[in-house]
Amino acid sequence: MEIPEIVGAGLIVIGAGLGIGRIGGSAMEAIARQPEATARIQTAMLIAAALIEGIGFAALFAK
Amino acid sequence: MISKITASFALTGLLFFSSPVLAENHAHEDVHQEESHAETHNEAVEAHGQEHADSLGEDADGQDIKAAVKETIAHHLADSYEFHITEGVGFPLPVILLDDGLKVFSSAKFGHGHSVAEIDGNHYVLHHNKIYKTDAEGALSFDEHHHPTNAKPLDFSITKNVFMILVMAVFMVVLFSRMAKSYGPEKTPKKAGRFLEPIVIYVRDEIAIPNIGEKHYKKYMSYLLTVFFFIWFLNLVGMTPLGINVTGNIAITFSLALMTFIITQVSGKKDYWMHIFWMPGVPVVLKPVMAIIELIGLFVKPFSLMIRLYANMLAGHVVLMSIIGLIFVFGSWLVSPAFFGLTLVLSLLELLVAALQAYIFTMLAALYFGSAVEEHDHH
Repeated sequence: MEIPEIVGAGLIVIGAGLGIGRIGGSAMEAIARQPEATARIQTAMLIAAALIEGIGFAALFAK
Repeated sequence: MISKITASFALTGLLFFSSPVLAENHAHEDVHQEESHAETHNEAVEAHGQEHADSLGEDADGQDIKAAVKETIAHHLADSYEFHITEGVGFPLPVILLDDGLKVFSSAKFGHGHSVAEIDGNHYVLHHNKIYKTDAEGALSFDEHHHPTNAKPLDFSITKNVFMILVMAVFMVVLFSRMAKSYGPEKTPKKAGRFLEPIVIYVRDEIAIPNIGEKHYKKYMSYLLTVFFFIWFLNLVGMTPLGINVTGNIAITFSLALMTFIITQVSGKKDYWMHIFWMPGVPVVLKPVMAIIELIGLFVKPFSLMIRLYANMLAGHVVLMSIIGLIFVFGSWLVSPAFFGLTLVLSLLELLVAALQAYIFTMLAALYFGSAVEEHDHH
């Protein structure tokens, strides 16, 4: 049985979604604990999210 | 203050409201275009034209509305040889071809893709938005996948995207040079500078200095600011109903990523190259493996910059236009307020994404420059 490529792309996108969700959630917790570090946490969060997002898009286009 | 807010809110509302109206014009026109396409190209593109004619043959709320919506979205996203604003409004742009010497002519000669352009005895025809060399009748030969086998001349045309880049370049030069000149001895910003100065300072203090470092950041400020405002402004222009999709074009994001890549490699210091080819602090057995991974990473970084901006902007446009298209697919006034509201909310989200993508691109570029100039004081 052949598995279509789009299933692989879907799996990667699910992974990317979970990853970005985790980053967002952790950043929220961190900000709640240390509101004064909000700016720095947000920056780090955006960079990490952007890197994962890149993989997600690459999967979509490699499909 | 309150009147100002009301005025700007009304203006924003007007801007968003105009998009479904324009989309309607587009949809109508595309149906017309397809019809006439099917007629004129019938001989040369028989099989293809037949398909179009078939899909148009079905009844109004069936296949053809969906096809028209798809066509409209594709038309909106694609680059084109003329600047098309709305039905009957627009202007042709110059076509520049390199084919036995430079051939320059107006894209009006293509007659919206219906006629053969003749220049210095050479004939060109537009097929699916690409220029092919042909004979006086405009006949195209096709392979089994319906792709034309005619020769494609080298194309340096001022297309819609190139035109918008030029417009934006002129706009930015005028805006920022005027802003720079407006600073008097008291060093306070005036006019547009009041709005832009905090953003410039933000790019310097929050993006450049933390990532590149106090010592080297000045060299890269001009590039970072240019890239930031270029991407941001073009994203914002893309949100207007003019059908401009410059940052959602992979050729443009490729060029931006390539420039970032070249600047990073050129400014790479000894430590940067050592961290790629002979990573310090790992066992000798691992060093060659690390070198291979780092070398791949070297090219993945600009690649991800390119894909991220392109895909984000493209996806934003497609989602927005699909939801507007649903209004016509359902064809009922009961559902259109819901889709209109959804479009409004998503448009606001896209305004955020427009700024966010510019920020991310600049941020990552600064991060890469920072890693290139970083000096380590270990061992």
